[in-house]
Amino acid sequence: MRPTILHHPAPKRSVAPVFWLLFGAGGMLSALFGPALIILTGFMLPHGWGVPANFSDFPHVLAFVRHPIGKLVVLAVIALFFWHGAERLFLTLKDMRAGPPLLLRLMTYGVAALLTLVTIALLLAIGF
Amino acid sequence: MSDATIPSKSIELRVLRYRPASDREPVLVSYRVAYSDDMSVLQALQSIKDTQDGSLSFRWSCRMAVCGSCGMMINGEPKLACNTFVRDLAPDAVIIEPLQNFPIERDLVVTVGDFVKKIESIYPYIIPKVAKPVEDGAHLQTPAQMAAYESFSDCINCMLCYAACPQFGANPDFIGPGAMALLQRYNGDSRDGGRQFRLDQIHGEDGVWACTAVGICSEVCPKQVDPANAVNQNKTNSALDFFLHYVQPRSQP
Repeated sequence: MRPTILHHPAPKRSVAPVFWLLFGAGGMLSALFGPALIILTGFMLPHGWGVPANFSDFPHVLAFVRHPIGKLVVLAVIALFFWHGAERLFLTLKDMRAGPPLLLRLMTYGVAALLTLVTIALLLAIGF
Repeated sequence: MSDATIPSKSIELRVLRYRPASDREPVLVSYRVAYSDDMSVLQALQSIKDTQDGSLSFRWSCRMAVCGSCGMMINGEPKLACNTFVRDLAPDAVIIEPLQNFPIERDLVVTVGDFVKKIESIYPYIIPKVAKPVEDGAHLQTPAQMAAYESFSDCINCMLCYAACPQFGANPDFIGPGAMALLQRYNGDSRDGGRQFRLDQIHGEDGVWACTAVGICSEVCPKQVDPANAVNQNKTNSALDFFLHYVQPRSQP
């Protein structure tokens, strides 16, 4: 016989896990690739240090972002970085009680969502 | 008697007092106490109660960091009075206040009703996976299975983590670090079958998602329980459940 359990009503489910997972994915990506990307795109490519000649030429870069996998990489790196920053900023602003939560969500998640859509649109506009 | 036990020095304790019948608001009251090197803050308070003011109220029981009754703010930090020693605080005056983030009932005694309700809400007992009559013997467990939850079972419900947690301070409905550690203690137990009941209690805005990973709960824990770790593990569990509950219909508990 199963013992009698006094049941408690379950509270309403939060949508926070969606943003938390995007935050987590972006945090992982930025920790792994962020510094490397800064060094690559900020220093090595402009100066041609340690990269093959023509490595960052327009046709090369265009070919990269026209490839479906290249598009996914660029989307992940741009969008997830923003979602990571958005969550961190949102929590900080919420802790500081900087405004009503809905406004803070629009200012953080909203910006990340908008930039994600813009990135997708641009990646599609570049063509395949 | 060794020299260490002969009180030869004295220290000033400023205790936040609130006597509902006579005080409009809590006030700091200063006491001077003779102390020896082996005297805890709890003993100093007991000495005040015994020799200076019998009306001073505080909770205590075991005197050895097992019962979790004597949590209070000592110089602004949540501590157990019984394992905080006067010698480590001397010679400056020590400020003693009731646990932060809780309503004061009287002097250093705070109201714990909401905390107890939170503990109750996560089913703080084993719900057996399979019914097993007593005559069939014990529910066996390997040392590795026990290690999975043992550290979380060290929680003594002293509420120091709640006094330290800024999210609980901002939102008294937050289920809080202690209850999450206790949840993990039972969900991590191989004999238990109540995982889903408990998870269903923490999916809300005031559940596990109210935590912003400050981590001070684990720093102030006098039993090294690491509630922050329990919270993190259950953010993952709750996030998985968020997506699973769409594809895996289950009966309401």
